[in-house]
Amino acid sequence: MKLDLEAVEEAAKQLYIQALKVLPDDIKEGFKRLDASETDPTGKSILATMIKNIEVAEETNNLLCQDTGIPIYNVTIGRGVEMDGHAMKEAIRRGCTRATHEHPLRSSVVHPITRENEHTSCGRRVPVIGIDFSDAENEVVIEMVPKGSGSENGSFLKMCIPAEGVNGIKAFVVDKVIEAGGRVCPPTIVGVGVGGTSDLCTKLAKTAAGRPLGSVCEDPEGAALEVELSDAVNSLGIGPQGLGGDSTAFAVHVETAATHITMNPVAVNIMCHSARRARATFTPAGVDFGF
Amino acid sequence: MAHHEITMPCTEDDVRKLKAGDTVTLQDWLFGIRDATQIHMFDHARETRLDLAGHAVIHTAPNAKKVPVSNSCPAGYESICIGTTTSMRMERFTRPLMEREGVRMIIGKGGLGEDSRAAFRDLGGVYLAIIGGTAALETTWIEQITDVYLDDLNPESLWQFYIKDFGPLRVAMDSHGGSLYDKVKETGQARRAEVFAKMGIGG
Repeated sequence: MKLDLEAVEEAAKQLYIQALKVLPDDIKEGFKRLDASETDPTGKSILATMIKNIEVAEETNNLLCQDTGIPIYNVTIGRGVEMDGHAMKEAIRRGCTRATHEHPLRSSVVHPITRENEHTSCGRRVPVIGIDFSDAENEVVIEMVPKGSGSENGSFLKMCIPAEGVNGIKAFVVDKVIEAGGRVCPPTIVGVGVGGTSDLCTKLAKTAAGRPLGSVCEDPEGAALEVELSDAVNSLGIGPQGLGGDSTAFAVHVETAATHITMNPVAVNIMCHSARRARATFTPAGVDFGF
Repeated sequence: MAHHEITMPCTEDDVRKLKAGDTVTLQDWLFGIRDATQIHMFDHARETRLDLAGHAVIHTAPNAKKVPVSNSCPAGYESICIGTTTSMRMERFTRPLMEREGVRMIIGKGGLGEDSRAAFRDLGGVYLAIIGGTAALETTWIEQITDVYLDDLNPESLWQFYIKDFGPLRVAMDSHGGSLYDKVKETGQARRAEVFAKMGIGG
């Protein structure tokens, strides 16, 4: 299969707009689940408003949240795909710029030192474009995540030492959820990276935060940690928007990687309740849009 | 837990009546500010021709479309999506906003800190919590972008909105030292110990 770059550009534009307007079904189901179990009146009323907002966004064809985020495109390339990788990245940038100009969207991206905004949602090394490979034949998947700043500012890394053990990891996660409080727009998905190098650990936390609700860590040790930590953070009483309640997180997701004998890194990356993502799958039959 | 309908601008008396846990719906006027707006106003000493005295400011930076000036878009902007950002980054600007500009209400998400609590108590102000991430709904409470200043900072300009039935918002920090975040914080600390014990973690 030869990857059509015009289709990539168009998809990069459509995905950004779609992600900002329609939440994936698993997140909508997550809201229903929390709404059914929330016991705090304030928490329950806040969840009701969030659910109402999802409906209003779809009815008025509007953005769920004003924060257009930092655009992230995760590209997964299957086998037998013929493509010009550099040109593909350029096509994604063009699509991202077009979404910003043509919708139009607020460009939330600035130079880190001058703070200048090019009003394209692009800048140096942004959009963030991640590249990975799969064994699927004749398939390219592009996932788009507009990552909001409120929750991205709830990102933490600690290079624990082996003597701190897994308890050091658990304590760090619980303490960071308390520290983040209402600032990260709970109910959240708490992404946790365990192991690897510092950069891989942080990347794992981001991957975990972006996983669909209901998915489980492939590593059984990570999966067990997910259950224990989900229960722990939802016992803290932080609640929706940090104003009290049971619904602090939809879930805690964990991703693991092997690490060094002298290392024990843990990272936290948080996804707000506007857990937006959209996906385009390119095959010889055409482009299919989903979540 | 009372509900209050307040037409802006308001007085110190109006604000002093509000207690943490009450709800408020605002009418008529609202101003939008954000990080860069306040950095430029207070760190770079830029003044504004917009009078904020007795008004409410919301921590925002809207998605707005540039259009020709008309009766419905007097500032040359049409509102697309207006929501609220995390307040805590702007904590150090609460007191100067109140002292220099006369602001009475700050609307945001996630809460403010101890300096703001003191400023609200000393000068007569409140923090109103809106529900973050519900911008599609919030946009329906805004009738018009009526004016804009410091627009070189766009989207972090100083915006003036004409609003209708903006709320209900929760009084999360009042002018008497009351804060809804205190109780959640206390609960969190108490439960932390229980959670750690359950997981077999000391300390």
